[in-house]
Amino acid sequence: MSSAEAGVTFIASLLIALVLVYKPFGDYMYRTVTSDRHSRAERLVYRAVGVNPGGEQSWGVYARSVLAFSAISILLLYLFQRVQNHLWLSLGFDPVAPDQAWNTAVSFVTNTNWQSYSGESTMGHLVQMAGLAVQNFTSAAVGIAVAVALVRGFARSKTTEVGNFWVDLVRICVRILLPVAVIGATLLIAGGVVQNLSGGTDVTTLAGAGQSITGGPVASQEVIKELGTNGGGFYNANSAHPFENPTGWTNWLQLFLILFIPFSLPRVFGRMVGDKRQGLAIAGIMAILAIGSVIAINALQLAHGGTVPTAVGAATEGTETRFGVSQSATFGAITTLTSTGAVNSFHDSYTSLGGMITMLNMMLGEVAPGGVGSGLYGMLILAVITVFVAGLMVGRTPEYLGKKIGSREIKFASLYLLTTPALVLVGTAIAMGSATARSSMANPGAHGLSEVLYAFTSASNNNGSAFAGISVNTTFYNTALGLCMLLGRFLPIILVLGLAGSLARQAPVPQSAGTLRTYQPLFIGMVVAVTVVVVLLTYLPALALGPLAEGVR
Amino acid sequence: MTTPNALSQRRVAGGLLDPGQLWKSTPDALRKLNPGTLWRNPVMFIVEIGSVFTTVLAVLHPSVFAWLITAWLWLTVVFANLAEAVAEGRGKAQAETLRRAKTDTLARRLVGTDRVEEQVPAAALQLGDIVVVEAGQVIPGDGDVIEGIASVDESAITGESAPVIRESGGDRSAVTGGTKVLSDRIVVKITQRPGESFIDRMIALVEGANRQKTPNEIALNILLASLTIIFLLAVATLQPLAIYSKGVQAFAPDSLALNGDGVTGIVLVSLLVCLIPTTIGALLSAIGIAGMDRLVQRNVLAMSGRAVEAAGDVNTLLLDKTGTITLGNRQAGEFLTVDGVTPAELADAAQLSSLADETPEGRSIVVYAKTVHGLRERTPGELGGATWVPFTAQTRMSGVDVGGRQVRKGAAIAVMKWVRDHGGHPTSDVGEIVDAISAAGGTPLVVAERVGTGPARALGVIHLKDVVKQGMRERFDEMRRMGIRTVMITGDNPLTAAAIAKEAGVDDFLAEATPEDKMALIKREQEGGKLVAMTGDGTNDAPALAQADVGVAMNTGTSAAKEAGNMVDLDSDPTKLIEIVEIGKQLLITRGALTTFSIANDIAKYFAIIPAMFAAIYPGLDKLNIMRLDSPTSAILSAVIFNAIVIVALIPLALRGVQYRPGSAASMLRRNLLVYGAGGVIVPFIGIKLIDLIIQFIPGIS
Repeated sequence: MSSAEAGVTFIASLLIALVLVYKPFGDYMYRTVTSDRHSRAERLVYRAVGVNPGGEQSWGVYARSVLAFSAISILLLYLFQRVQNHLWLSLGFDPVAPDQAWNTAVSFVTNTNWQSYSGESTMGHLVQMAGLAVQNFTSAAVGIAVAVALVRGFARSKTTEVGNFWVDLVRICVRILLPVAVIGATLLIAGGVVQNLSGGTDVTTLAGAGQSITGGPVASQEVIKELGTNGGGFYNANSAHPFENPTGWTNWLQLFLILFIPFSLPRVFGRMVGDKRQGLAIAGIMAILAIGSVIAINALQLAHGGTVPTAVGAATEGTETRFGVSQSATFGAITTLTSTGAVNSFHDSYTSLGGMITMLNMMLGEVAPGGVGSGLYGMLILAVITVFVAGLMVGRTPEYLGKKIGSREIKFASLYLLTTPALVLVGTAIAMGSATARSSMANPGAHGLSEVLYAFTSASNNNGSAFAGISVNTTFYNTALGLCMLLGRFLPIILVLGLAGSLARQAPVPQSAGTLRTYQPLFIGMVVAVTVVVVLLTYLPALALGPLAEGVR
Repeated sequence: MTTPNALSQRRVAGGLLDPGQLWKSTPDALRKLNPGTLWRNPVMFIVEIGSVFTTVLAVLHPSVFAWLITAWLWLTVVFANLAEAVAEGRGKAQAETLRRAKTDTLARRLVGTDRVEEQVPAAALQLGDIVVVEAGQVIPGDGDVIEGIASVDESAITGESAPVIRESGGDRSAVTGGTKVLSDRIVVKITQRPGESFIDRMIALVEGANRQKTPNEIALNILLASLTIIFLLAVATLQPLAIYSKGVQAFAPDSLALNGDGVTGIVLVSLLVCLIPTTIGALLSAIGIAGMDRLVQRNVLAMSGRAVEAAGDVNTLLLDKTGTITLGNRQAGEFLTVDGVTPAELADAAQLSSLADETPEGRSIVVYAKTVHGLRERTPGELGGATWVPFTAQTRMSGVDVGGRQVRKGAAIAVMKWVRDHGGHPTSDVGEIVDAISAAGGTPLVVAERVGTGPARALGVIHLKDVVKQGMRERFDEMRRMGIRTVMITGDNPLTAAAIAKEAGVDDFLAEATPEDKMALIKREQEGGKLVAMTGDGTNDAPALAQADVGVAMNTGTSAAKEAGNMVDLDSDPTKLIEIVEIGKQLLITRGALTTFSIANDIAKYFAIIPAMFAAIYPGLDKLNIMRLDSPTSAILSAVIFNAIVIVALIPLALRGVQYRPGSAASMLRRNLLVYGAGGVIVPFIGIKLIDLIIQFIPGIS
C-alpha cells in the first residue's frame, strides 16, 4: 500500500467508524442528559456537595455554578502544583513556579491544556493523576453541560430554567466519560501505552551509555486527554512519544476518541429539539469543514516542493516515521479542528500553508466538530447568525427551531463571535509590539510571526497545541496566554448560557411553508460559507504577514 | 396627494434613480454629517471619524493619493446620508400636501344644553366638543357624526375624489378633520385632543418625525456593529505586525502604503472603511423609511414600523368574506327550470320580471340572461302598456304586467304565496330546487307567471351566488406557499360559508361570526405563537383589531376602529392586506439581501488591498493581486471608490425593495443567495478592476 493509499484508508475508516457510532452513542448521551433517575453513587455526591438534584437553575444561576466550580478548580490545581514537593509520588520535583502554575491551572480547567512545562521533568505522578487528569474529566464535562443547557434553551419554552449544572456535571462524568475512559485506557494499554507508578528505570544501553526510561500512569491520562478533547500530554512530546502513542492503530484510536463525542453531540441536539434532521444538519456542517480541512492539509503536506521533501516524496520533517506524513497531517488537522491540541508531529515544521491550515482550523472557533460541548455550542452560535441573515432573505423575522432570533439573541451571538478574534488579534498585536515579548521569538520574519499568532490562536480558542519556536515559559507569555485561555473559555460560556436563557423564555413559533428549513443542504452550505468567510475576513490581514507571506511564492 | 399610479409612473420615468431627487436631497445629506445625529448609525459614524482622520493626515502630508482617498471617504458618508435623505424626502412631500389640508379653519361650536353656536379656531376644540358643519365647510376636527347625513369630500386624505356618505349612527359615522362637507348639514362630536388629529398623526408618520428603530432593525444593527468591531480589531492589530514585518524586510522601499512606521494612516483607514459593512450600514435606515413609504404609496398608513415588520411575519390572515373575497353583492349564476318549461321561457320571464328591479341582484339577472341565454336587454319603454312592479322590501318581489300576462320574480316564500293566491299549485320540484340552492349557500329567487285569468305557475328558480373575485384563488394559493393560512370570516351559515370557502380556496372559515368569535379565534391562533392580521371597520371590530398583530382599519370605518388598528387603509380596500404582507416581507428581504451583498463584497476588497499593502515586503503576496490592478495606490483608491459608488448604485434598490416573488422559503433563499451572495462576491472584482483601469491615468496614482 502506498503512503497516499494508507492515508486515505486511515481517514475513510475513521469516517465510517464515526458514522457508525453517531446514532447509538448520541442516543446514549441523550438518555443520560434527559433522564430523571439518579444512581446511588450520584445521590451520594449530591448529598456530599449539598445539591438538590431535582431543582433546576435559571441561566444566571447555571452560569454562576460553572464559574464557581471552575474558579475553585483553578485554585486547587494551582495549590496542588505549588506544594507538590511535599506530596507522595512527587518524584523529587520542585514546586512549579507561580506564573507557570497559574498558566497550567488555567490551561487544564479551561480545557485548553496549553503546556508551558514538560510533564516528565516538572510534574509528579500525583499532580498528573489527581490534579491534571481530574481536570481533564471535569473541564470536558463542563463543556458538554453548557452545550446541553443551550440545547435545552431551544427545546424548552416559556421557562426560565435551563437545567441543573451539578447534575449535568456529575452525570456526564460518571455515565459518559468514565465508562468510555476505562474501555479506552484498556485498549491503549493493550497497544503498548505504559501504565505504572514507576519513577523511571535506569538502564545501560547497548552502547554502554546510561538512560532513564520514564514510567507513569500514562494510559489513564492519555485516554481522557483525547476523549475530553483536552490534549495535555503526559510527556512533553505528547502523542509523538512512543509511550503515549506507540503504533499506527493507537494513533487511529486516539483520533477516534477525540472525534466521537463532538461528532455525536449533534445527535443529542437533534433528539432534544425533537427533529433528528436538525442534528444531522449540524453534524453535516461540521463534517464538511473537517473533511475539507483534512484533505487540504494532506494535499499541502504531500505535495510540498523543495529539495529534501521532493527527494523523500513529502514534507517529513517533524513527523514520526511510524506514522508517516499523511497520518501526521490528519492528526494535525483533527487536533486543531477539535480544540484538543495533542500532537503527534511538529506543526512548526509543516509547510507554511499546511501550518496555516492548522491555524485556520482553530480560527474557525473550534466548531468542526470542536471541543466536547464547546464545538456544538460554537456551531449553534454560527447557525444562529446564519439563520438571522438567511431568515431575513426569506422575508420573515428570523427564527431557528421555532425560536425568534431578535435583538437579545443576536446580542449574545455577536458578542460570542467577537470574543475569540479580539483575544487572538489583540494578544498577537501586543506580543509583536512589545520588545520584551519579541525577545522570546527564536525565528525571525514571517515564520516567527506565525508562531506568535499560533500561540494566541491556540490559547484563545482553548486548543492548547503549540507551533513552538518561542519560549513561552516567560512571565509575559504565561500571564497573557493564561488570560486568553480564561477569557476565551468563560466569556463565551456566559454568553451561550445567556442565549440559552433568552431562548428558553420564548414561546415557539409554529412552522409553516414560509419557515426556513434549517436542515436542508442549502442552509448547511450557507453556514459553511458564513463560517469560512467570516473567519477569513477576520484573520486574513494577520495571516498575510505570517504563513501566507511565507507560503505564497 | 399623489396616487400610487402616478408614483409608479414617475419611478419608471426616472429610470434607476432620478438625479433631480438626489440633488434636492443633497443639502439634507450634508446636514446629516453632524456627528450628534450620525452616531446613531455606528457604521457610518466610524467612516466619518476615519474621514476626519485622513483629512488631518492629508493636510499634514499632502499627496494626490491622500486627498483623493479623503475625498472619497467623505463622499461615502455623504452618499449614505443621501440615501436616508432621499427616502425621507418622499415622505416630506407627502406631509406638505397634508399640511395644506390642515388650514386654520373656524369651527362652529355648539355650547350648553340649548346649543348656542359660537365661533372658535379649530385648534381650540377639545375632546367631546360638539360642532356643526354645513355644505362647503371644512370639518374642523376628527369626530363622529351624531346628527344628520352628508356627502363628504375626503380627497385631502385619500386622494380619492368621489365623495363619500357620512351619517350618524352605524359604521359610517366617523369624519376626519380637514375633509370637506359637500352637501347637507351634520353635527359632529369631536373625538380628538388638540394637536392629535388624524392628519397630525399622518404628517408625523410620513415625515418619519418620531421614527423609531424596529426590533429587527435593532437586531441587525447589533450584528453590524459587532462585525464593525471585529474589522476594527483586525485593522488596528495589523499595525504592530506590519511594523515588525517591515522591520525584518527592511530592504523594501517606503511607499505611500507602508513605511517604517507601519501601514500609513490613510491606507489603514481605507482598509477599515472597505471592510466594515458600509453598504448595508448606509442603506439600512433608508430601507426602513422606504418600506413605510411604499405603504403610503398604496394609501396605507402604518402607525409604526413595528407593524410593517410584523406584517411580514403574519401566519394567519383573517379576511372578511364580503368585499374582500366575494364581490359585495350576489349575482345570478344559474337558471333552473321546472318540468315542462324550456330554459328560453324561464330566461325570458326572469329578464322581464327584473327589468324594473334596480337592485344589483336584479341587474345581474338581466346581464346573465343576456350573456348566457342571448336575450337582448329590453328597455321598459319598449313594452307598451306594461305595468311595472318594482322590488320593495315589503313584497320582496318585482315583476311586470303586460298584455294580460303577469310575471313575478322574488324571494321563494313570497313568490310561492303569490302563485297560491292566484290559484296555482307550485309543484314539489320547485321546493326541492329552492332547498338545494339554499343548502349550497346560494339565494334562490323563484320566477312565476300567470297568463290571463288562468292559474299562476312557477317557471323555475334563479340561483343567486356569491361571486368570488377574480384571481382570489391564485392569491390564496400563493399565500399558502408563503406559509400563510387564510381564514374567511362571514356571517353566513356554515353551509354557505363552506361552499364559498371551497370555491375561493381559503384554508378555513369562521361562519356566523360574532365579534366575540373573531376575538376568540385571534387569541387561539396567537396562543400557538402565530401572528394574526385582519381588517375591520366597525366599532365592534375594534377589540379584535387591537388584539391582532396587524390590524388594518378601513378609513370608512368608525374612529374606534381606526384607533384600535395599527394601520389605516385610506382606500378602504380589504384586499390590500395581502399587499401589506408582501411589503412587510419585502422590507426584511431587502435588509437581508443587502447585508449579504455587503459582506460578500469584502472578499474582492481583500484581494485588492492586501497585496497593495504588503507585496512590497513579501513579493509573493502579489499573487493575490488576481485583478492585476495597476499599482498599490490605484488598487486601494479603486476599492474605496467602489465602496462609495456601490452605495449610490443601490439607493434605488433600497427605496424600491428587492424584487419579491412569493414562493417557498427555500426557493426565495436560493434566488437571493445567488443574486446577492454570489453576485456580491463577483461584482466588486469587476467594479474595482474597471475603476482601476480609469484612475490609473490620474497623475500621482499609478
